[in-house]
Amino acid sequence: MAGDDAVPLLAVRDVTKSFGAVAAVAGVSFALHGGEAHALVGENGAGKSTIVKMLAGVHRPDSGAIEMDGAPLVLGSPADARAAGIAIIYQEPTLFPDLSVAENIFMGRQPLGRLRRIDKAAMKAEAEELFGRLGVHLDPDRPARGLSIADQQLVEIAKALSVDARVLVMDEPTAALSGVEVERLFAVARTLCAQGAAVLFISHRFDEVFSLCERITVMRDGRWVSTDPTADLTVDQVVRRMVGRDVSALFPKEEVEPGEVVLDVRGLTRHGVFSDVTFSVRRGEIVALAGLVGAGRSEVVRAIFGIDRLDEGEVHVDGERLPAGSPAAAMNAGLALVPEDRRQQGLVMELSIERNATLTRLGALARVGLLSGRAERRAAREWTKRLQVKYGLLADAVGTLSGGNQQKVVLAKWLATEPKVLIVDEPTRGIDVGTKAEVHRLMSRLAGQGMAVVMVSSELPEVLGMADRVLVMHEGRVTAELSRAEANEETVMFAATGQNGTAA
Amino acid sequence: MKTSEKHAGAQRADRSDVDGQRPDRRTGLGRRILVARELGIVVALLLLVAVTTVTNPAFLSAQSIRDVLLGASILVILAVGQTVVIVSRNIDLSVGAVLGLVAFATGKLFGAAPGTPILVAVLVGIALGAACGVVNGVLVAAARVPALVITLGTLYVFRGIDHSWAKGEQINAADMPSGFLRLGTSTLLGIPLLAVIALAVVLLVGAYLQSYRSGRELYAIGSEPNAARLSGIPVGRRVFIAFVVSGGMAGLAGVLYAARFGTLDATVGTGIELQVVAAAVVGGVAIFGGSGSVYGAAVGAVLLTTIGSSLAVLRINPFWQQAVVGGLILAAIGLERLLAARAANRLRGRTSHGA
Repeated sequence: MAGDDAVPLLAVRDVTKSFGAVAAVAGVSFALHGGEAHALVGENGAGKSTIVKMLAGVHRPDSGAIEMDGAPLVLGSPADARAAGIAIIYQEPTLFPDLSVAENIFMGRQPLGRLRRIDKAAMKAEAEELFGRLGVHLDPDRPARGLSIADQQLVEIAKALSVDARVLVMDEPTAALSGVEVERLFAVARTLCAQGAAVLFISHRFDEVFSLCERITVMRDGRWVSTDPTADLTVDQVVRRMVGRDVSALFPKEEVEPGEVVLDVRGLTRHGVFSDVTFSVRRGEIVALAGLVGAGRSEVVRAIFGIDRLDEGEVHVDGERLPAGSPAAAMNAGLALVPEDRRQQGLVMELSIERNATLTRLGALARVGLLSGRAERRAAREWTKRLQVKYGLLADAVGTLSGGNQQKVVLAKWLATEPKVLIVDEPTRGIDVGTKAEVHRLMSRLAGQGMAVVMVSSELPEVLGMADRVLVMHEGRVTAELSRAEANEETVMFAATGQNGTAA
Repeated sequence: MKTSEKHAGAQRADRSDVDGQRPDRRTGLGRRILVARELGIVVALLLLVAVTTVTNPAFLSAQSIRDVLLGASILVILAVGQTVVIVSRNIDLSVGAVLGLVAFATGKLFGAAPGTPILVAVLVGIALGAACGVVNGVLVAAARVPALVITLGTLYVFRGIDHSWAKGEQINAADMPSGFLRLGTSTLLGIPLLAVIALAVVLLVGAYLQSYRSGRELYAIGSEPNAARLSGIPVGRRVFIAFVVSGGMAGLAGVLYAARFGTLDATVGTGIELQVVAAAVVGGVAIFGGSGSVYGAAVGAVLLTTIGSSLAVLRINPFWQQAVVGGLILAAIGLERLLAARAANRLRGRTSHGA
């Protein structure tokens, strides 16, 4: 094994990357050695994916450098990364659905025959040989469209294998794979290591991290925390380093005596996305849905609201069963959903603030089918004032507001419908600290007034500070239901990574 | 909690079993669908010819076949260029204007220098068309606006240039050398020369799209632009080249138009871009890119031309021709959706089988 003083195969030196005012990665350094698998772990939003994108040539670091064999390496495009021998397996497969499996593997590197024509027979034979090495049976001639996620991931792995990569980066590749397939992937990774390649492995599954990797780097909030040999670490230590921060006292949750059950969700299942999700929420209660990105939380709330189809299960509001698949019925029953992506789903960016704020109540504001501008403005003014939205003119396009104020407009729009149950998906993503606290205070006040709140959040401090109860999801299932007293960073993190056995 | 994990394990094992058995059957279906795309249109063409011939046997005479081929040639060449653009998830609406501009320029060229060799005139036409393609390509790459809007704009710009150049002037066959005009009427082994040129173009571009890296990359870009970028394909450059090819094809078509019809003014080729797109779509080129072939598009162009002459033979009001073409387009798109829905269903069926 390479010692620490040997020249690393690939080194990330003090890289920084900001998107707008948000620093995604700040001053991160670590080194990958040939023949070694290196794990990169951290919570959602810790900056792991940004590091991957730098190595992929998608993002360029604002400052700092990437070095290969001790020499600086400029990765200006994905083609540069490929030329440098860096292969990436992304979390989401990036295939061409219309092209054959073999073409997907060899795109841009197809074996050539006479007149530089693509030698299709050779390409098929090479693809078959790769699948042979992986021990799977996939027809190289079939189109990629319709492949299961696991099969798509196998094609990605074959692609990475075919380039004889010097550095193999795997960004949560195992989420969709079965145990056997994971073993095969690891066998491939170990073979590459034995041939002198370096592997960077990103995963939330600690058993995999500990069995594959020689070294573990922990990131938190875009910063480097530690890099240690796996042998010196325990799962508990890693988890603590991932979350290690104080739960700030910024969360002003009011103590409320919960009332009767308002929202009752039974056995919700959507095949391949989530299954058997059951919970209930009482008046005045804030229930958080915690878990890692991709655990199925947003999908669950979308299904409750009737946006996505359900395969099984029912939703009751105040004891009445909601008809499936109808957001309009959900709204009538007193549900409100503040979506995760406010730019795409929550607001019409080009319309004015007042229009956006009143979109949910056009019926109530209209007289004989016609909207009165005055009524609209009055309603908008009232709610923007109650939520302290900072704006120039009510007629300004909502796109001109800051992220926090946009979020308040979305909240205003839904609160104006006077819902019994407010569902918020990532209520404070991309919002500055001050506004965050305001949003939290608001949610707390609403619960105090008897509203039931369901909050999907990837931010642990927010979950722990705000929620009366925490439901933790892992790969489409609820793996733990924790009371406010039971919930702490470690219990939630263990459940979110599917490590319940060791949590006790 | 333990039981739920165990259940998940069982579900996974179950799913990989399914993986082991299924691929062959699915491949068979996948291939059939691919073949069905181009086969369907060939069958439609044969049916149309058969029905028309039963009514009027003269429809299958050598002369009438020659007429159809001659009539289809220019549309085929345009459809080939259009296919190159459409597979990359773009569209080129300016081809009609480019054809008109180049046709008029060819007439002017012979007016100014009657001794110009025919080959030089053809090359000049292709170069002028390609130059228009460069304008389209640069704008699409730089503006990050859908090609539909860009080429709609350049359609009017090129047509406007054509008009201001022509100033209402008309060029007649008498203004062009007879050797050049013969290009439009002469035959090779009984086949119209224009059709031979069109066939050569189809085979050449077909081979490029099927068997060359940059050709396959166009399909990759049209199939999933983000994945194309991540796999290091120079997306901007490839799309740019696609527009230059389409422009060059429109230029070639413009020269051939001048040779065939001889009468040229600034309105030549008006509205032909919609026929071109229709030919490609009917020929199985997916409008959202990523699939289809120039062979399909070429047969599509022949089919559209045949419908015209066969309706005349069948004594059906020519008014119906447009309705028939419209119906064909809807049928082609319907087939597309059907195939997509079927693929999605197969995928869903699988997942639910696992769970």
